[in-house]
Amino acid sequence: MTASRDDRTTLLSVEGLGISFGGLKAVNDVSFAVKPGEIVSVIGPNGAGKTTLFNMISGVYQPGAGRISLNGEEVTGMEPHLLARRGMSRTFQNLQIFQSMTVLENAISGFHLQERGSVLADLLGLPASRRRAGAAEEGARKLLARVRLEEEADREAGNLSYGSLKRLEIARAMASQPKILLLDEPAAGCNAVETEEIDHLIAEIAASGVAILLVEHDMKMVMRISNHIVVLDHGEKIAEGDPATVSRDPAVIAAYLGAEARTGGDHA
Amino acid sequence: MKMTPKLATLLVLGALVLLAPFLFPSNFYYRVGSLIFVNAIAVTGIVILTGYAGQISLGHAGFAGIGAYACALAPAHFGIHPALAVVLGAAISGLLAWLVGRPILRLKGYYLGVATLGLGILISMMLNNERQLTRGPDGIDVPELGMRALLKGWGLDLTNGQFWYYFCGLCMILGAWLALNLHDSPSGRALRALHGSEIAARTVGVDVARMKLQAFVISAVYASVSGSLLALQNKFITPDVAGFMHSIEMVTMAVLGGVGSVLGAIFGAAILTLLPQVLTIFAEYEQLVLGLVMMLVMIFLREGLLPSILRKLRRKGE
Ligand SMILES: Nc1ncnc2c1ncn2[C@@H]1O[C@H](COP(=O)(O)OP(=O)(O)OP(=O)(O)O)[C@@H](O)[C@H]1O
Ligand SMILES: [Mg+2]
Repeated sequence: MTASRDDRTTLLSVEGLGISFGGLKAVNDVSFAVKPGEIVSVIGPNGAGKTTLFNMISGVYQPGAGRISLNGEEVTGMEPHLLARRGMSRTFQNLQIFQSMTVLENAISGFHLQERGSVLADLLGLPASRRRAGAAEEGARKLLARVRLEEEADREAGNLSYGSLKRLEIARAMASQPKILLLDEPAAGCNAVETEEIDHLIAEIAASGVAILLVEHDMKMVMRISNHIVVLDHGEKIAEGDPATVSRDPAVIAAYLGAEARTGGDHA
Repeated sequence: MKMTPKLATLLVLGALVLLAPFLFPSNFYYRVGSLIFVNAIAVTGIVILTGYAGQISLGHAGFAGIGAYACALAPAHFGIHPALAVVLGAAISGLLAWLVGRPILRLKGYYLGVATLGLGILISMMLNNERQLTRGPDGIDVPELGMRALLKGWGLDLTNGQFWYYFCGLCMILGAWLALNLHDSPSGRALRALHGSEIAARTVGVDVARMKLQAFVISAVYASVSGSLLALQNKFITPDVAGFMHSIEMVTMAVLGGVGSVLGAIFGAAILTLLPQVLTIFAEYEQLVLGLVMMLVMIFLREGLLPSILRKLRRKGE
Protein backbone atom coordinates (compact mmCIF):
# COMPACT_ATOMS: atom_id res chain seq x y z
CA MET A 1 0.00 0.00 0.00
CA THR A 2 2.67 2.47 1.06
CA ALA A 3 4.75 1.54 -1.97
CA SER A 4 1.94 2.31 -4.40
CA ARG A 5 1.33 5.70 -2.78
CA ASP A 6 5.01 6.48 -3.15
CA ASP A 7 4.81 5.50 -6.79
CA ARG A 8 2.06 7.98 -7.37
CA THR A 9 3.92 10.88 -5.83
CA THR A 10 7.19 10.13 -7.59
CA LEU A 11 7.71 12.59 -10.41
CA LEU A 12 10.98 11.40 -11.85
CA SER A 13 12.43 7.98 -11.35
CA VAL A 14 15.75 6.75 -12.64
CA GLU A 15 16.55 3.04 -12.49
CA GLY A 16 19.89 1.38 -13.23
CA LEU A 17 20.92 4.18 -15.60
CA GLY A 18 24.26 3.76 -17.34
CA ILE A 19 26.30 4.89 -20.34
CA SER A 20 29.83 4.24 -21.61
CA PHE A 21 32.10 6.32 -23.81
CA GLY A 22 34.56 3.97 -25.44
CA GLY A 23 35.77 1.87 -22.54
CA LEU A 24 34.88 4.45 -19.88
CA LYS A 25 31.74 3.80 -17.84
CA ALA A 26 30.83 7.44 -17.30
CA VAL A 27 27.65 6.51 -15.43
CA ASN A 28 26.93 3.04 -14.11
CA ASP A 29 23.77 1.60 -12.56
CA VAL A 30 22.47 4.79 -10.97
CA SER A 31 18.98 4.84 -9.43
CA PHE A 32 17.05 7.49 -7.49
CA ALA A 33 13.71 9.26 -7.43
CA VAL A 34 12.47 12.85 -7.22
CA LYS A 35 9.11 13.99 -5.86
CA PRO A 36 7.23 17.21 -6.67
CA GLY A 37 8.53 20.26 -4.82
CA GLU A 38 11.61 18.41 -3.67
CA ILE A 39 15.20 19.59 -4.13
CA VAL A 40 17.42 16.63 -4.92
CA SER A 41 21.11 17.32 -5.37
CA VAL A 42 23.60 15.21 -7.26
CA ILE A 43 27.12 15.76 -5.99
CA GLY A 44 30.50 14.21 -6.62
CA PRO A 45 34.05 15.10 -7.63
CA ASN A 46 34.93 16.46 -11.09
CA GLY A 47 34.34 13.87 -13.76
CA ALA A 48 32.04 11.82 -11.53
CA GLY A 49 29.38 11.71 -14.24
CA LYS A 50 26.89 14.32 -13.00
CA THR A 51 26.51 16.21 -16.26
CA THR A 52 26.39 12.95 -18.19
CA LEU A 53 23.56 11.81 -15.92
CA PHE A 54 21.70 15.08 -16.65
CA ASN A 55 22.29 14.62 -20.36
CA MET A 56 20.69 11.18 -20.26
CA ILE A 57 17.72 12.31 -18.18
CA SER A 58 17.09 15.30 -20.45
CA GLY A 59 17.31 13.22 -23.63
CA VAL A 60 20.55 14.72 -24.95
CA TYR A 61 22.31 11.32 -24.65
CA GLN A 62 20.73 7.92 -25.24
CA PRO A 63 21.30 5.85 -22.09
CA GLY A 64 23.20 2.61 -22.62
CA ALA A 65 21.26 0.89 -19.85
CA GLY A 66 18.39 1.49 -17.45
CA ARG A 67 15.14 3.38 -17.59
CA ILE A 68 13.79 6.81 -16.82
CA SER A 69 10.17 7.58 -16.07
CA LEU A 70 8.50 10.92 -15.74
CA ASN A 71 5.08 11.19 -14.13
CA GLY A 72 4.60 7.43 -14.45
CA GLU A 73 5.41 7.38 -18.18
CA GLU A 74 8.56 5.72 -19.46
CA VAL A 75 10.61 8.36 -21.27
CA THR A 76 13.98 6.62 -21.67
CA GLY A 77 15.84 8.05 -24.68
CA MET A 78 13.01 10.41 -25.57
CA GLU A 79 14.03 13.53 -27.50
CA PRO A 80 14.52 16.71 -25.45
CA HIS A 81 11.71 18.63 -27.16
CA LEU A 82 9.24 15.87 -26.32
CA LEU A 83 10.46 15.82 -22.72
CA ALA A 84 9.94 19.57 -22.61
CA ARG A 85 6.28 19.01 -23.51
CA ARG A 86 6.04 16.60 -20.59
CA GLY A 87 7.33 19.19 -18.15
CA MET A 88 11.10 18.80 -18.07
CA SER A 89 13.42 21.77 -18.35
CA ARG A 90 17.11 22.34 -17.71
CA THR A 91 20.08 24.68 -17.63
CA PHE A 92 23.64 23.96 -18.68
CA GLN A 93 26.97 23.87 -16.92
CA ASN A 94 28.67 25.42 -19.95
CA LEU A 95 26.19 28.19 -20.74
CA GLN A 96 23.94 27.60 -23.72
CA ILE A 97 22.65 31.11 -24.29
CA PHE A 98 21.32 32.35 -27.63
CA GLN A 99 24.20 34.82 -27.88
CA SER A 100 23.07 37.03 -30.72
CA MET A 101 19.56 37.46 -29.35
CA THR A 102 18.59 40.05 -26.80
CA VAL A 103 18.10 39.07 -23.18
CA LEU A 104 14.35 39.46 -23.65
CA GLU A 105 14.34 37.25 -26.74
CA ASN A 106 16.26 34.58 -24.84
CA ALA A 107 13.59 34.60 -22.17
CA ILE A 108 10.78 34.59 -24.74
CA SER A 109 12.38 31.55 -26.38
CA GLY A 110 11.65 29.67 -23.19
CA PHE A 111 7.95 30.13 -23.97
CA HIS A 112 8.30 28.29 -27.26
CA LEU A 113 5.77 25.60 -26.39
CA GLN A 114 3.16 28.18 -25.46
CA GLU A 115 3.83 30.62 -28.31
CA ARG A 116 4.42 28.29 -31.26
CA GLY A 117 1.81 28.08 -34.00
CA SER A 118 1.47 27.84 -37.75
CA VAL A 119 4.51 29.10 -39.62
CA LEU A 120 2.18 30.56 -42.25
CA ALA A 121 0.50 32.77 -39.65
CA ASP A 122 3.98 33.81 -38.52
CA LEU A 123 5.09 34.71 -42.07
CA LEU A 124 1.97 36.76 -42.68
CA GLY A 125 2.19 38.41 -39.27
CA LEU A 126 -1.44 37.49 -38.59
CA PRO A 127 -3.03 38.81 -35.40
CA ALA A 128 -3.05 35.29 -33.93
CA SER A 129 0.72 35.09 -34.36
CA ARG A 130 1.27 38.51 -32.80
CA ARG A 131 -1.04 37.65 -29.92
CA ARG A 132 0.97 34.51 -29.16
CA ALA A 133 4.24 36.42 -29.31
CA GLY A 134 2.81 39.24 -27.21
CA ALA A 135 1.69 36.90 -24.45
CA ALA A 136 5.11 35.25 -24.43
CA GLU A 137 6.82 38.64 -24.20
CA GLU A 138 4.66 39.62 -21.24
CA GLY A 139 5.52 36.36 -19.45
CA ALA A 140 9.20 36.80 -20.30
CA ARG A 141 9.32 40.29 -18.82
CA LYS A 142 7.82 38.99 -15.58
CA LEU A 143 10.42 36.23 -15.43
CA LEU A 144 13.24 38.68 -16.11
CA ALA A 145 12.00 40.81 -13.23
CA ARG A 146 12.06 37.72 -11.05
CA VAL A 147 15.74 37.10 -11.79
CA ARG A 148 16.47 40.86 -11.70
CA LEU A 149 17.37 41.21 -15.36
CA GLU A 150 14.50 43.47 -16.44
CA GLU A 151 16.90 46.40 -16.89
CA GLU A 152 19.00 44.36 -19.31
CA ALA A 153 16.03 43.20 -21.41
CA ASP A 154 17.10 44.90 -24.64
CA ARG A 155 20.82 44.19 -24.42
CA GLU A 156 22.42 41.57 -26.60
CA ALA A 157 22.76 38.50 -24.37
CA GLY A 158 26.38 37.91 -25.38
CA ASN A 159 27.39 41.14 -23.60
CA LEU A 160 26.09 40.15 -20.16
CA SER A 161 28.20 39.11 -17.18
CA TYR A 162 28.56 35.44 -16.37
CA GLY A 163 26.40 35.63 -13.27
CA SER A 164 23.63 37.39 -15.20
CA LEU A 165 23.72 34.74 -17.91
CA LYS A 166 23.36 32.01 -15.29
CA ARG A 167 20.18 33.72 -14.05
CA LEU A 168 18.98 34.23 -17.62
CA GLU A 169 19.27 30.49 -18.23
CA ILE A 170 17.18 29.80 -15.16
CA ALA A 171 14.56 32.30 -16.31
CA ARG A 172 14.45 30.70 -19.76
CA ALA A 173 14.12 27.25 -18.22
CA MET A 174 11.31 28.43 -15.95
CA ALA A 175 9.32 29.85 -18.85
CA SER A 176 7.89 26.50 -19.90
CA GLN A 177 6.40 26.12 -16.40
CA PRO A 178 8.22 22.84 -15.87
CA LYS A 179 7.27 20.17 -13.38
CA ILE A 180 10.94 19.34 -12.94
CA LEU A 181 13.91 21.63 -13.43
CA LEU A 182 17.46 20.28 -13.86
CA LEU A 183 20.10 22.82 -12.83
CA ASP A 184 23.72 21.99 -13.69
CA GLU A 185 25.97 24.12 -11.47
CA PRO A 186 23.80 27.25 -11.45
CA ALA A 187 26.11 29.05 -9.01
CA ALA A 188 29.44 28.14 -10.62
CA GLY A 189 31.51 31.24 -11.29
CA CYS A 190 29.14 33.47 -9.34
CA ASN A 191 30.23 35.69 -6.45
CA ALA A 192 28.84 35.32 -2.93
CA VAL A 193 25.97 37.75 -3.49
CA GLU A 194 24.95 36.14 -6.79
CA THR A 195 25.19 32.69 -5.22
CA GLU A 196 22.86 33.70 -2.44
CA GLU A 197 20.41 35.12 -4.97
CA ILE A 198 20.41 31.87 -6.90
CA ASP A 199 20.04 29.96 -3.66
CA HIS A 200 16.87 31.95 -2.81
CA LEU A 201 15.56 31.60 -6.33
CA ILE A 202 15.88 27.81 -6.24
CA ALA A 203 14.15 27.56 -2.89
CA GLU A 204 11.36 29.79 -4.18
CA ILE A 205 10.88 27.68 -7.30
CA ALA A 206 10.76 24.49 -5.27
CA ALA A 207 8.27 26.08 -2.87
CA SER A 208 5.96 26.66 -5.84
CA GLY A 209 5.80 22.86 -6.31
CA VAL A 210 8.46 22.40 -9.00
CA ALA A 211 10.86 19.52 -8.40
CA ILE A 212 14.52 20.51 -8.63
CA LEU A 213 17.39 18.24 -9.58
CA LEU A 214 20.55 20.15 -8.77
CA VAL A 215 24.23 19.64 -9.52
CA GLU A 216 26.34 22.04 -7.52
CA HIS A 217 29.88 22.14 -6.12
CA ASP A 218 29.07 24.78 -3.49
CA MET A 219 28.62 22.39 -0.56
CA LYS A 220 27.25 25.03 1.82
CA MET A 221 24.47 25.74 -0.60
CA VAL A 222 23.82 22.04 -1.28
CA MET A 223 23.64 21.18 2.42
CA ARG A 224 21.38 24.16 3.12
CA ILE A 225 18.71 23.68 0.45
CA SER A 226 18.63 19.98 -0.46
CA ASN A 227 15.95 17.58 0.76
CA HIS A 228 17.88 14.65 -0.56
CA ILE A 229 21.40 14.12 -1.89
CA VAL A 230 22.75 11.54 -4.34
CA VAL A 231 26.53 11.13 -4.37
CA LEU A 232 28.35 9.93 -7.49
CA ASP A 233 31.98 8.91 -7.81
CA HIS A 234 33.50 7.43 -10.96
CA GLY A 235 30.01 7.08 -12.42
CA GLU A 236 28.65 5.02 -9.52
CA LYS A 237 26.25 6.04 -6.81
CA ILE A 238 28.22 5.70 -3.57
CA ALA A 239 25.71 7.18 -1.15
CA GLU A 240 22.31 8.82 -0.89
CA GLY A 241 20.21 10.34 1.86
CA ASP A 242 19.43 13.58 3.65
CA PRO A 243 22.21 16.19 3.96
CA ALA A 244 23.19 15.23 7.52
CA THR A 245 23.49 11.53 6.72
CA VAL A 246 25.42 12.07 3.50
CA SER A 247 27.90 14.50 5.00
CA ARG A 248 28.79 11.94 7.67
CA ASP A 249 29.08 9.04 5.25
CA PRO A 250 32.65 7.66 5.27
CA ALA A 251 32.51 6.68 1.59
CA VAL A 252 31.56 10.24 0.66
CA ILE A 253 34.29 11.74 2.79
CA ALA A 254 36.80 9.33 1.28
CA ALA A 255 35.70 10.16 -2.28
CA TYR A 256 36.01 13.89 -1.67
CA LEU A 257 39.33 13.59 0.16
CA GLY A 258 40.61 11.33 -2.59
CA ALA A 259 39.46 13.77 -5.24
CA GLU A 260 41.07 16.64 -3.37
CA ALA A 261 44.34 14.75 -3.22
CA ARG A 262 44.06 14.15 -6.99
CA THR A 263 43.09 17.68 -8.08
CA GLY A 264 44.65 19.73 -5.32
CA GLY A 265 41.21 20.55 -3.98
CA ASP A 266 39.97 23.08 -6.48
CA HIS A 267 36.52 22.92 -4.97
CA ALA A 268 35.24 22.42 -1.48
CA MET B 1 3.06 53.87 -35.37
CA LYS B 2 6.29 52.90 -33.66
CA MET B 3 9.44 52.87 -35.80
CA THR B 4 10.44 49.24 -35.59
CA PRO B 5 13.41 47.82 -37.54
CA LYS B 6 10.83 46.04 -39.69
CA LEU B 7 9.04 49.24 -40.61
CA ALA B 8 12.35 51.03 -41.17
CA THR B 9 13.55 48.31 -43.55
CA LEU B 10 10.31 48.36 -45.53
CA LEU B 11 10.34 52.16 -45.76
CA VAL B 12 13.96 52.21 -46.94
CA LEU B 13 13.23 49.58 -49.58
CA GLY B 14 10.07 51.35 -50.72
CA ALA B 15 11.83 54.69 -50.96
CA LEU B 16 14.75 53.19 -52.89
CA VAL B 17 12.48 51.48 -55.41
CA LEU B 18 10.47 54.65 -55.98
CA LEU B 19 13.31 57.19 -55.96
CA ALA B 20 16.08 55.33 -57.81
CA PRO B 21 14.52 55.91 -61.29
CA PHE B 22 15.06 59.68 -60.86
CA LEU B 23 18.80 58.96 -60.93
CA PHE B 24 18.77 56.55 -63.87
CA PRO B 25 21.11 57.75 -66.65
CA SER B 26 19.16 55.67 -69.18
CA ASN B 27 16.18 53.34 -69.46
CA PHE B 28 18.61 50.42 -69.39
CA TYR B 29 18.78 50.86 -65.62
CA TYR B 30 15.16 49.79 -65.18
CA ARG B 31 16.39 46.44 -66.40
CA VAL B 32 19.35 46.45 -63.99
CA GLY B 33 17.01 47.37 -61.15
CA SER B 34 14.62 44.55 -61.86
CA LEU B 35 17.53 42.09 -61.98
CA ILE B 36 18.63 43.35 -58.56
CA PHE B 37 15.13 42.79 -57.21
CA VAL B 38 14.92 39.27 -58.65
CA ASN B 39 18.22 38.35 -57.01
CA ALA B 40 17.15 40.07 -53.80
CA ILE B 41 14.12 37.77 -53.60
CA ALA B 42 16.27 34.63 -53.76
CA VAL B 43 18.72 36.14 -51.30
CA THR B 44 15.92 36.93 -48.83
CA GLY B 45 15.21 33.19 -48.85
CA ILE B 46 18.88 32.57 -48.05
CA VAL B 47 18.56 34.98 -45.12
CA ILE B 48 15.79 32.80 -43.68
CA LEU B 49 17.69 29.55 -44.23
CA THR B 50 21.23 30.66 -43.39
CA GLY B 51 20.84 33.89 -41.45
CA TYR B 52 17.98 32.79 -39.23
CA ALA B 53 18.34 29.00 -39.08
CA GLY B 54 22.09 28.70 -39.67
CA GLN B 55 21.73 26.07 -42.40
CA ILE B 56 23.69 26.19 -45.64
CA SER B 57 22.47 25.34 -49.12
CA LEU B 58 24.81 25.11 -52.09
CA GLY B 59 22.10 24.25 -54.58
CA HIS B 60 19.38 26.83 -54.28
CA ALA B 61 19.69 27.72 -57.95
CA GLY B 62 18.08 24.33 -58.59
CA PHE B 63 14.85 25.71 -57.16
CA ALA B 64 15.24 28.86 -59.24
CA GLY B 65 15.55 26.53 -62.23
CA ILE B 66 12.31 24.78 -61.31
CA GLY B 67 10.52 28.11 -60.96
CA ALA B 68 11.91 29.35 -64.27
CA TYR B 69 11.14 26.24 -66.31
CA ALA B 70 7.67 25.95 -64.75
CA CYS B 71 6.91 29.27 -66.46
CA ALA B 72 8.37 28.04 -69.74
CA LEU B 73 6.79 24.58 -69.78
CA ALA B 74 3.52 24.61 -67.85
CA PRO B 75 1.73 27.19 -70.05
CA ALA B 76 2.83 25.32 -73.20
CA HIS B 77 2.02 21.81 -71.98
CA PHE B 78 -0.91 22.27 -69.61
CA GLY B 79 -2.26 25.50 -71.05
CA ILE B 80 -2.21 27.25 -67.67
CA HIS B 81 -1.65 30.98 -67.26
CA PRO B 82 2.00 31.98 -66.63
CA ALA B 83 0.99 33.55 -63.30
CA LEU B 84 -0.37 30.19 -62.22
CA ALA B 85 2.84 28.56 -63.43
CA VAL B 86 4.73 30.67 -60.89
CA VAL B 87 2.57 29.14 -58.16
CA LEU B 88 2.99 25.66 -59.61
CA GLY B 89 6.78 26.06 -59.73
CA ALA B 90 6.80 27.28 -56.13
CA ALA B 91 4.70 24.31 -55.06
CA ILE B 92 6.99 21.82 -56.82
CA SER B 93 10.09 23.49 -55.35
CA GLY B 94 8.59 23.47 -51.87
CA LEU B 95 7.57 19.85 -52.18
CA LEU B 96 11.00 18.82 -53.48
CA ALA B 97 12.71 20.72 -50.67
CA TRP B 98 10.46 18.95 -48.19
CA LEU B 99 11.22 15.51 -49.66
CA VAL B 100 14.98 16.10 -49.80
CA GLY B 101 15.19 17.99 -46.52
CA ARG B 102 13.14 15.63 -44.39
CA PRO B 103 15.67 12.81 -44.09
CA ILE B 104 18.72 15.09 -44.13
CA LEU B 105 17.72 17.68 -41.58
CA ARG B 106 17.28 15.01 -38.94
CA LEU B 107 21.06 14.58 -39.08
CA LYS B 108 23.40 16.99 -37.39
CA GLY B 109 26.15 18.76 -39.25
CA TYR B 110 26.67 20.03 -42.77
CA TYR B 111 24.82 17.31 -44.66
CA LEU B 112 22.35 19.82 -46.07
CA GLY B 113 25.13 21.66 -47.89
CA VAL B 114 26.37 18.46 -49.50
CA ALA B 115 22.91 17.18 -50.37
CA THR B 116 21.76 20.47 -51.89
CA LEU B 117 24.96 20.65 -53.88
CA GLY B 118 24.01 17.28 -55.39
CA LEU B 119 20.40 18.29 -55.90
CA GLY B 120 21.38 21.52 -57.67
CA ILE B 121 23.71 19.66 -60.02
CA LEU B 122 21.04 17.05 -60.72
CA ILE B 123 18.42 19.64 -61.63
CA SER B 124 20.88 21.55 -63.78
CA MET B 125 21.86 18.32 -65.59
CA MET B 126 18.23 17.41 -66.23
CA LEU B 127 17.49 20.82 -67.69
CA ASN B 128 20.53 20.48 -69.96
CA ASN B 129 19.93 16.90 -71.03
CA GLU B 130 16.17 16.51 -71.37
CA ARG B 131 16.30 18.24 -74.75
CA GLN B 132 12.91 17.07 -75.88
CA LEU B 133 11.27 18.83 -72.98
CA THR B 134 13.59 21.74 -72.18
CA ARG B 135 15.41 22.20 -75.54
CA GLY B 136 18.67 21.76 -73.61
CA PRO B 137 21.49 24.30 -73.16
CA ASP B 138 20.20 26.60 -75.93
CA GLY B 139 17.31 27.67 -73.75
CA ILE B 140 13.60 27.98 -74.29
CA ASP B 141 11.03 30.72 -74.85
CA VAL B 142 8.81 31.82 -71.99
CA PRO B 143 5.33 33.25 -72.63
CA GLU B 144 4.31 36.81 -71.85
CA LEU B 145 2.88 37.34 -68.36
CA GLY B 146 0.29 39.71 -69.83
CA MET B 147 0.01 41.94 -66.83
CA ARG B 148 1.44 44.99 -68.57
CA ALA B 149 -1.39 44.87 -71.11
CA LEU B 150 -3.85 44.55 -68.24
CA LEU B 151 -2.40 47.63 -66.53
CA LYS B 152 -2.54 49.52 -69.81
CA GLY B 153 -6.23 48.71 -69.97
CA TRP B 154 -6.54 50.38 -66.57
CA GLY B 155 -4.79 53.47 -67.87
CA LEU B 156 -1.31 52.73 -66.49
CA ASP B 157 0.99 52.71 -69.50
CA LEU B 158 4.46 51.44 -68.58
CA THR B 159 7.34 50.45 -70.83
CA ASN B 160 8.40 46.83 -70.56
CA GLY B 161 11.45 47.84 -68.52
CA GLN B 162 9.40 50.01 -66.19
CA PHE B 163 6.78 47.34 -65.65
CA TRP B 164 9.28 44.70 -64.61
CA TYR B 165 11.16 47.18 -62.47
CA TYR B 166 8.12 48.12 -60.39
CA PHE B 167 6.58 44.65 -60.39
CA CYS B 168 9.76 42.90 -59.20
CA GLY B 169 10.36 45.76 -56.73
CA LEU B 170 6.92 45.13 -55.28
CA CYS B 171 7.56 41.38 -55.07
CA MET B 172 10.89 42.01 -53.35
CA ILE B 173 9.24 44.24 -50.75
CA LEU B 174 6.53 41.65 -50.22
CA GLY B 175 9.21 38.97 -49.74
CA ALA B 176 11.09 41.21 -47.31
CA TRP B 177 7.87 41.87 -45.39
CA LEU B 178 7.24 38.13 -44.97
CA ALA B 179 10.82 37.47 -43.88
CA LEU B 180 10.69 40.34 -41.38
CA ASN B 181 7.38 39.11 -39.97
CA LEU B 182 8.98 35.72 -39.53
CA HIS B 183 12.05 37.17 -37.79
CA ASP B 184 10.19 38.35 -34.71
CA SER B 185 7.52 35.66 -34.71
CA PRO B 186 7.53 32.50 -32.60
CA SER B 187 8.76 30.42 -35.56
CA GLY B 188 11.50 32.89 -36.43
CA ARG B 189 12.63 33.02 -32.83
CA ALA B 190 12.78 29.23 -32.74
CA LEU B 191 14.91 29.24 -35.91
CA ARG B 192 17.31 31.80 -34.50
CA ALA B 193 17.37 29.89 -31.22
CA LEU B 194 18.42 26.61 -32.83
CA HIS B 195 21.03 28.58 -34.77
CA GLY B 196 22.41 29.95 -31.49
CA SER B 197 22.37 26.69 -29.55
CA GLU B 198 20.73 23.64 -30.95
CA ILE B 199 20.80 21.80 -27.65
CA ALA B 200 19.25 24.69 -25.72
CA ALA B 201 16.58 25.09 -28.39
CA ARG B 202 15.67 21.43 -28.08
CA THR B 203 15.38 21.63 -24.32
CA VAL B 204 12.95 24.56 -24.51
CA GLY B 205 10.79 22.38 -26.75
CA VAL B 206 11.82 23.34 -30.29
CA ASP B 207 11.38 20.47 -32.72
CA VAL B 208 14.65 21.26 -34.40
CA ALA B 209 14.32 18.94 -37.41
CA ARG B 210 10.85 20.27 -38.19
CA MET B 211 11.83 23.92 -37.87
CA LYS B 212 14.88 23.49 -40.09
CA LEU B 213 12.72 21.76 -42.67
CA GLN B 214 10.24 24.64 -42.65
CA ALA B 215 13.04 27.15 -43.18
CA PHE B 216 14.42 25.06 -46.05
CA VAL B 217 11.04 24.78 -47.76
CA ILE B 218 10.32 28.51 -47.39
CA SER B 219 13.71 29.46 -48.80
CA ALA B 220 13.22 27.06 -51.73
CA VAL B 221 9.94 28.83 -52.54
CA TYR B 222 11.73 32.21 -52.52
CA ALA B 223 14.35 30.86 -54.96
CA SER B 224 11.64 29.41 -57.17
CA VAL B 225 9.70 32.68 -57.39
CA SER B 226 12.94 34.48 -58.16
CA GLY B 227 13.61 32.06 -61.03
CA SER B 228 10.06 32.47 -62.32
CA LEU B 229 10.32 36.27 -62.37
CA LEU B 230 13.64 36.08 -64.18
CA ALA B 231 12.19 33.80 -66.84
CA LEU B 232 9.06 35.88 -67.30
CA GLN B 233 10.85 39.19 -67.69
CA ASN B 234 13.49 37.75 -70.05
CA LYS B 235 10.80 35.77 -71.95
CA PHE B 236 13.58 33.26 -72.40
CA ILE B 237 15.51 31.00 -70.08
CA THR B 238 18.57 28.73 -70.22
CA PRO B 239 19.69 26.01 -67.76
CA ASP B 240 22.29 28.45 -66.41
CA VAL B 241 19.60 29.70 -64.04
CA ALA B 242 19.94 26.38 -62.17
CA GLY B 243 23.74 26.26 -62.42
CA PHE B 244 26.18 25.94 -59.56
CA MET B 245 27.51 29.46 -60.16
CA HIS B 246 24.06 30.88 -59.58
CA SER B 247 23.81 29.03 -56.25
CA ILE B 248 27.15 30.43 -55.19
CA GLU B 249 26.10 33.92 -56.31
CA MET B 250 23.06 33.77 -54.03
CA VAL B 251 25.08 32.76 -50.99
CA THR B 252 27.82 35.32 -51.73
CA MET B 253 25.32 38.16 -52.11
CA ALA B 254 23.74 37.26 -48.77
CA VAL B 255 27.04 36.87 -46.97
CA LEU B 256 28.49 40.06 -48.46
CA GLY B 257 25.58 42.23 -47.39
CA GLY B 258 24.95 40.48 -44.08
CA VAL B 259 23.16 37.16 -44.00
CA GLY B 260 21.43 37.88 -40.71
CA SER B 261 19.72 41.01 -41.97
CA VAL B 262 17.14 41.26 -44.75
CA LEU B 263 18.17 44.78 -45.71
CA GLY B 264 21.85 43.84 -45.61
CA ALA B 265 21.41 40.82 -47.84
CA ILE B 266 19.40 42.86 -50.35
CA PHE B 267 22.21 45.43 -50.30
CA GLY B 268 24.63 42.58 -51.11
CA ALA B 269 22.40 41.49 -53.99
CA ALA B 270 22.38 45.04 -55.32
CA ILE B 271 26.17 45.36 -55.27
CA LEU B 272 26.92 42.04 -56.90
CA THR B 273 24.19 42.50 -59.52
CA LEU B 274 25.26 46.03 -60.34
CA LEU B 275 29.02 45.41 -60.59
CA PRO B 276 29.02 43.20 -63.71
CA GLN B 277 26.59 45.62 -65.41
CA VAL B 278 28.80 48.65 -64.91
CA LEU B 279 32.22 46.97 -65.01
CA THR B 280 32.42 44.60 -67.96
CA ILE B 281 35.74 43.34 -66.61
CA PHE B 282 33.87 41.96 -63.61
CA ALA B 283 31.72 39.76 -65.83
CA GLU B 284 34.82 38.06 -67.23
CA TYR B 285 36.30 37.29 -63.87
CA GLU B 286 33.04 36.67 -62.01
CA GLN B 287 34.13 33.41 -60.39
CA LEU B 288 37.37 34.95 -59.22
CA VAL B 289 35.63 38.00 -57.80
CA LEU B 290 32.95 35.95 -56.02
CA GLY B 291 35.60 33.81 -54.38
CA LEU B 292 37.59 36.85 -53.37
CA VAL B 293 34.55 38.65 -51.97
CA MET B 294 33.60 35.58 -49.94
CA MET B 295 37.11 35.29 -48.48
CA LEU B 296 37.44 38.97 -47.65
CA VAL B 297 34.04 39.12 -45.98
CA MET B 298 34.83 36.04 -43.91
CA ILE B 299 38.14 37.53 -42.80
CA PHE B 300 37.23 41.20 -42.25
CA LEU B 301 33.47 41.55 -42.03
CA ARG B 302 32.03 38.43 -40.48
CA GLU B 303 28.59 40.00 -40.05
CA GLY B 304 28.52 41.32 -43.62
CA LEU B 305 28.86 44.79 -45.09
CA LEU B 306 25.71 46.55 -43.94
CA PRO B 307 25.64 45.37 -40.29
CA SER B 308 29.35 46.24 -39.98
CA ILE B 309 28.80 49.72 -41.38
CA LEU B 310 25.78 50.31 -39.13
CA ARG B 311 27.75 49.21 -36.10
CA LYS B 312 30.56 51.60 -36.98
CA LEU B 313 28.10 54.47 -37.39
CA ARG B 314 26.41 53.66 -34.09
CA ARG B 315 29.79 53.65 -32.32
CA LYS B 316 30.57 57.07 -33.80
CA GLY B 317 27.19 58.37 -32.69
CA GLU B 318 27.80 57.37 -29.09
N1 LIG C 1 30.47 13.00 -24.91
C1 LIG C 1 31.45 12.40 -24.21
N2 LIG C 1 32.35 11.62 -24.83
C2 LIG C 1 33.34 11.01 -24.14
N3 LIG C 1 33.49 11.11 -22.83
C3 LIG C 1 32.63 11.87 -22.13
C4 LIG C 1 31.57 12.56 -22.78
N4 LIG C 1 30.87 13.24 -21.85
C5 LIG C 1 31.47 12.99 -20.68
N5 LIG C 1 32.53 12.17 -20.84
C6 LIG C 1 33.39 11.66 -19.76
O1 LIG C 1 32.55 11.13 -18.78
C7 LIG C 1 33.05 11.42 -17.48
C8 LIG C 1 32.01 12.16 -16.68
O2 LIG C 1 31.92 13.48 -17.17
P1 LIG C 1 30.86 14.51 -16.63
O3 LIG C 1 30.98 15.74 -17.46
O4 LIG C 1 29.53 13.86 -16.57
O5 LIG C 1 31.38 14.80 -15.17
P2 LIG C 1 30.82 15.81 -14.09
O6 LIG C 1 30.50 15.02 -12.89
O7 LIG C 1 29.75 16.63 -14.64
O8 LIG C 1 32.11 16.68 -13.81
P3 LIG C 1 32.26 18.25 -13.44
O9 LIG C 1 32.03 18.36 -11.97
O10 LIG C 1 33.65 18.56 -13.80
O11 LIG C 1 31.25 18.99 -14.26
C9 LIG C 1 34.33 12.22 -17.68
O12 LIG C 1 35.43 11.33 -17.59
C10 LIG C 1 34.20 12.76 -19.08
O13 LIG C 1 35.45 12.92 -19.67
MG1 LIG D 1 29.46 18.59 -15.03
